[in-house]
Amino acid sequence: MLTAERTIPTTCPYCGVGCQIDLHIREDVIIRVTGRYDNQVNFGNLCVKGRFGCDYVHAPDRLAGPLMRRRRDDALTPTDWDTALSVTAARLASARDRYGPDSVAFLASAKCTNEENYLLQKIARGLVGTNNVDHCARLCHASSVAGLAATLGSGAMTNSIADIVDSDVLVVIGSNTTETHPVIALQMKAAVRKHGARLILIDPRRIELADFAHLHLRHRPGSDVALINGLMHVILAEGLESRSFIAERTEGFDALKASVQDWTPERAAGVTGVPAQEITEAARLYAGARAAAIFWAMGITQHTTGTDNVKVLSNLALLCGQIGRPGTGVNPLRGQNNVQGACDMGALPNVYPGYQAVTSDDVRHKFAEGWGLPYEGLSPTPGLTLTEVMAAILDGQVKAVFELGENPMLTDPDLHHVELALQRLEFLAVQDIFLNETGQYADVVLPAVSFAEKRGTFTNTERRVQLVRPALEPTPGTRTDLDLLVDLARRLGADWTYADAGAVFDEMAGLTPSYAGMSHARLEQGGLQWPCPTPDHPGTPILHTQQFTRGRGLFVSVAYRPPAELPDEDYPVLLTTGRILFHWHGGTLSRRSPGLDGLAPEAEVEIHPDDAEAWGIDDGALVRVSSRRGSVVARARRTRRVQPGTVFMTFHYAESATNFLTIDALDPVAKIPEYKVAAVRVGPLEEVTPA
Amino acid sequence: MSDTLPLTIDGVSITVPPGTTILAAARQAGIEIPVLCYFEHTTANGLCRLCVVEVEGARLLQAACVTVPRAGSVVHTRSPNVERARRTILEMLASAVDLSEAPEVNAMLASYECHPERFAGGATRQPPRLDDNPVYLRDYAKCVLCWRCVQVCAEDAQYTYALTFGGRGFHTSIATFFDRPMPATSCVFCGQCVGVCPTGALKGKREDLLEQGVPPEEVFEQTRRKSHGQRSTGAARATEVD
Repeated sequence: MLTAERTIPTTCPYCGVGCQIDLHIREDVIIRVTGRYDNQVNFGNLCVKGRFGCDYVHAPDRLAGPLMRRRRDDALTPTDWDTALSVTAARLASARDRYGPDSVAFLASAKCTNEENYLLQKIARGLVGTNNVDHCARLCHASSVAGLAATLGSGAMTNSIADIVDSDVLVVIGSNTTETHPVIALQMKAAVRKHGARLILIDPRRIELADFAHLHLRHRPGSDVALINGLMHVILAEGLESRSFIAERTEGFDALKASVQDWTPERAAGVTGVPAQEITEAARLYAGARAAAIFWAMGITQHTTGTDNVKVLSNLALLCGQIGRPGTGVNPLRGQNNVQGACDMGALPNVYPGYQAVTSDDVRHKFAEGWGLPYEGLSPTPGLTLTEVMAAILDGQVKAVFELGENPMLTDPDLHHVELALQRLEFLAVQDIFLNETGQYADVVLPAVSFAEKRGTFTNTERRVQLVRPALEPTPGTRTDLDLLVDLARRLGADWTYADAGAVFDEMAGLTPSYAGMSHARLEQGGLQWPCPTPDHPGTPILHTQQFTRGRGLFVSVAYRPPAELPDEDYPVLLTTGRILFHWHGGTLSRRSPGLDGLAPEAEVEIHPDDAEAWGIDDGALVRVSSRRGSVVARARRTRRVQPGTVFMTFHYAESATNFLTIDALDPVAKIPEYKVAAVRVGPLEEVTPA
Repeated sequence: MSDTLPLTIDGVSITVPPGTTILAAARQAGIEIPVLCYFEHTTANGLCRLCVVEVEGARLLQAACVTVPRAGSVVHTRSPNVERARRTILEMLASAVDLSEAPEVNAMLASYECHPERFAGGATRQPPRLDDNPVYLRDYAKCVLCWRCVQVCAEDAQYTYALTFGGRGFHTSIATFFDRPMPATSCVFCGQCVGVCPTGALKGKREDLLEQGVPPEEVFEQTRRKSHGQRSTGAARATEVD
């Protein structure tokens, strides 16, 4: 048996749960990963990715030196650090000087630390002078942030993982929690099996949580607004709303009441496909609970109605006063390990760190002073979102992109469109640990380090800031992300000197009120949940206990709109996309973990047995799935998890990249794409011709 | 507090909150009782009997991990009866099970001056090592049946119920339903079982290869090559239901 030479406590790099782990190291190799018990996040538990999937750190194809190409059609070849960084700085500066600051865009990373994201947006805003900085939160919870900011004033999960077991009713809608936030799902299962909670599952698919659900409402993808309006209709018709809460803490109730007047359960049933009786039962159960919590993920947000979906869930919670107490709340489950943090750090086109608006003169004065830069250099114009950047490249507005640890060439919708954009760019620099699908289009590739080789912080889905500690030396030929960003900044004319990641954190905390009471030293004692305004503040497990961030909670009336593209004669099947337990997003990490890839080596399409029968598709056969935008091949899995007329695919597999099929129709407010609904046709491999 | 409960452990008088086990009470008094199946984060079941103690007035030795004392109980944790019981348990375990990767048990064998050779020639457990999935191995020759893996797979953590007990008596083993390979069960490969295994019976595949001296750069290739197991659907039961 192998004994570890050292054991380093740190934070799991995979999802937004933020499990605390120990990396057991021997001869500079991770030999084992175990869960830590001394926290309120994972309580010792881990899922397959955290326990068996961290070996991507040692993958043989880790980048091990900077790469560059002289002309766009040359191949990438090794170069030295000085050349790679000077060329990057020179090309970004020349785009800025020739075409203006807004011709440059920065894509930050929800996989990187708070400190790194903070520095990246500081480079964008302070040194280049653009607010064109965004990251993949645009693709996951932009609608949660926009929706909750409008209704409550703060776009984060209101409650904590530890208080899930205090709920007596859980509503899980559009979250396949056991696969995408597996360790949070354990708390939900415990709430049901050990603490007597009842689970209302609202999901088109028969996912694992259905085994734990008291009610499972299987609605049509994209009909969430109709369904929730139906629930609210029942609650109001039966007088189950919390009148005192509505009177004391909310506004806009009369308009809401009028807006759901016509949404009888029968009408909602017609739109959603959920029997009226189930809608009524769910409404009674939720409204009658002592403490009821709502959880959601991409099933709510990734729609052209994403922001609307979030607003109706907020309405529902306000209507019943199910917010601001233990076991209640509106809880968007954030996807990436640090997507909450990247947002908090201002890696968004409209806000500085701590959600301070770029349009505010006071905010810009504050940051100009904090950064020692002229106020005039900071742009008052909100920048482009991630999804707008691709279009802006094709329009010729954006000429140069610096991309930190993302992979739009697999994770953005309508990949043909993305490919054209990346080809069209004058300059693309990529900082990453692997040469992924996007890196193939780069002019300069800067090899950085994994979570196991650096210090910093991640902020998990429940707003808990936790330390990431280095367990290994940087892989030969790489430099830490922080070191690279500081070097790049210096080549862009800055005089930055930071002793370490802790010093970057301190500067950020000085400018970010919700983080002001935190420091690396304090976080050594355990994670802290923002807001944490002073060094003696214990952190905030539950938001909105006394009043909402915006004062009163706002009811927003929402009309039902169908998805942008529904099945028709030519493309008769509804494609909905998501994830599986064994892989992580674009697969750059998890597919380089041989154990994880061995568990789920191939892209599959879930097809209802009746459909498979009708279409002549055997279980395990290769099928072609085509939409108006593209066509991919994957293996058929006949299963009753999906409803007839609907197929399900994941976006983990580069070789069958589902996002060639998805539509880039956007939510008008949050600019999030509608990954959850597209029209496709499906057939045996030979018989369907590409669109 | 008026509701605290007085007792005496090895001559030390202490008071504990009602409901405290003898094991926890002893720890409070600074007295260490050896444990094997007990783990503070899983449900205690008193299976291995290594933590037995003598409670005056009780007919039999009591498992300290699950026994709640009465007011005024007098407990002996190192009486000759207790010592002999522990020694025999350890000797029988060591004679039947491969304890080579259980350093804590080995330390106890030494401190209790055990002679497992007393049982030499008796039955041993030598089931085949099971290598049926890409992430972990099961070598039940090393299993002491502590039940932790079964419990974390069920209500102590995961609610997946892939593991259970099979067989009876000496032939009891940790099993899956119908002895199916892990990928054909409801297993989600969280490895919670691996995390709590005290004897190396459950081990990460990568760790095992490194242990065999495979160079790290080859571990990657080898794991990938050996990863021919197929996953379950993640909700095997769900797919069977109409």
